[in-house]
Amino acid sequence: MCENTRDVWVYIETEEGKAKAVGYELLTPGRLLADKMRVRLVAVVIGDQVEKIAKKAIEYGADQAIVLDAPEYKVYNTDVFGDAMTALIKKYHPEGILIGATNNGRDLGPCVSCRIRTGLTADCTGIDLDEESGNIAWTRPAFGGNLMAVILCPDTRPQMGTVRPGVFKRPVSDESRSGEVIHETVQVRTNRIQLIEHVREMAESVKLDEAEVIVAGGNGLGSRDNFCYIQELAQVLDGAVGASRAAVDNGWISHAHQVGQTGKTVSPRLYIACGISGAIQHIAGMSESDTIIAVNKDPDAPIFSVADYGIVGDLKEVLPIMTAEFKRMKTGEQTDDNHGD
Amino acid sequence: MNILVCVKQVPDTTEIRIDPVTNTLIRAGVPSIVNPFDGYALEMAVRLKEAAGGNVSVISMGPEQAKNALKACMAVGADAAYLVSDRAFGGSDTLATSYILSCAIKKIEKDKGDPFDIIFCGKQAIDGDTGQVGPSLAEHLGYPRVTYVTDARWKEDHLEVKREADNGFDRLRCPETVLLTVSKTPYEPRYANIKSKMAANRAQISIITAADMEIDLKRAGLKGSPTKVKRTFTPVHNKQGIKIQEKSQERAVKRLIQLMTEAKLV
Repeated sequence: MCENTRDVWVYIETEEGKAKAVGYELLTPGRLLADKMRVRLVAVVIGDQVEKIAKKAIEYGADQAIVLDAPEYKVYNTDVFGDAMTALIKKYHPEGILIGATNNGRDLGPCVSCRIRTGLTADCTGIDLDEESGNIAWTRPAFGGNLMAVILCPDTRPQMGTVRPGVFKRPVSDESRSGEVIHETVQVRTNRIQLIEHVREMAESVKLDEAEVIVAGGNGLGSRDNFCYIQELAQVLDGAVGASRAAVDNGWISHAHQVGQTGKTVSPRLYIACGISGAIQHIAGMSESDTIIAVNKDPDAPIFSVADYGIVGDLKEVLPIMTAEFKRMKTGEQTDDNHGD
Repeated sequence: MNILVCVKQVPDTTEIRIDPVTNTLIRAGVPSIVNPFDGYALEMAVRLKEAAGGNVSVISMGPEQAKNALKACMAVGADAAYLVSDRAFGGSDTLATSYILSCAIKKIEKDKGDPFDIIFCGKQAIDGDTGQVGPSLAEHLGYPRVTYVTDARWKEDHLEVKREADNGFDRLRCPETVLLTVSKTPYEPRYANIKSKMAANRAQISIITAADMEIDLKRAGLKGSPTKVKRTFTPVHNKQGIKIQEKSQERAVKRLIQLMTEAKLV
């Protein structure tokens, strides 16, 4: 059976039965598009034991969920997931598909768009409807973040895009929402690449994409040891530790902490950039944070052009004072509570 | 072992500046380089060749000038180079580009009477940053693929690769033919020396045009590209933030906290 649904799809990537945060985030622009286009927003969930994820997606704003739930989808691989997604598209003919630009999403996207022979826009940071043509307008950075391009896919369907994690906020969950969950099964080939082992090496504490507060250090730290200033402040603020590419390239901290064009894109409530000059590549990854504080010796550093508050000074002097002040405020609050007067 | 590495000549994006008046990219005077991730891919390919024998070819699509990028690759270990070049290919998006490359690769394989066992691409080019040409090329050619590879080694009878995952890495066993897209490797690519540079300068680079291959030109160039650029703009950052300058850093931090408290941020 073929249906021309013309719906907007959001692909919810899962791994070992858990949804990646970006899938839920994309329900925000997905909802906006679906409303403007007057179609349904459909969450497509592929994984192993993912029924609850489909329900969660509906609570986050999807009208319907299409689910492929089987053990062969427990871990991502191109052949199986490519076949599965292609089969679903050929059955339902959606109008647009949003895929999180994780490594797996950026692997799946081109595989599928190539088979369907449709357009795919990579690593978008903005999505809207182009009112003039009725197409999805995909905005994405190029040239290392120096240039933004708005891309349309006017003649082929579905219009596909991968979207950077951390750009959109997850919608507010509404447990009263209900929607149909459709279980599908499709024929998939045997995977040609054999997984020998999956090695987890990233500490849970990195979690940049979900942190409310990020304290990030750059070249201005001067040494690996000076990252302790960053860590101490992050700890007091219950935040995560970020880094600029320079700090990572210097070997002071692992790539998992890198914020920017070739690292993570983040939008925490508070971002504190310390000793980071503010290359466009770094700014591309953090400029959407709610509040930005910059600490830098150079009063002309470009980081100040995106900062809400800037302190010109040596971070080795400033950060210990900030850490002490925030710590005092934290314990001070508790003392006040205890007083009760 | 026949190995092919796809390379792109790109402007060095770290050297790009914005014209403050027109707010557009200043491309003049920006040096052209081999896309760094393609350089990592080439190094990985040459190491595999050195370990198990065979040959490494490089292919690029672009204008005549991209020959320089191919020569740079020949100076660091590539044995043969092909430039895919035709006016009809201008304006191609990732789908069209990967299709054209697949047609050119099929032509080379036919001429040689020997298919490529491993095809390498960089994970993405630093100008477009899409990362889509490699995986799409695999699809056009029907090759299995592994993206975001950081290391590749021969085991007794197969190739084993390491792939970056969101929370660590995967070790994967590859079949006999495979396409790999390469992320940053733990080692740096080798440098050319004067002798290898001179040899590369003298090397012949075969040019492949649309007329040389079996290709449906409706699927190439601007017209064959499903995605269209509607407009471009340069991001402008000039937040009118508050720069705190006090006599001492203690006072600066106190002032910061006072301002944040007033704005109800703490």
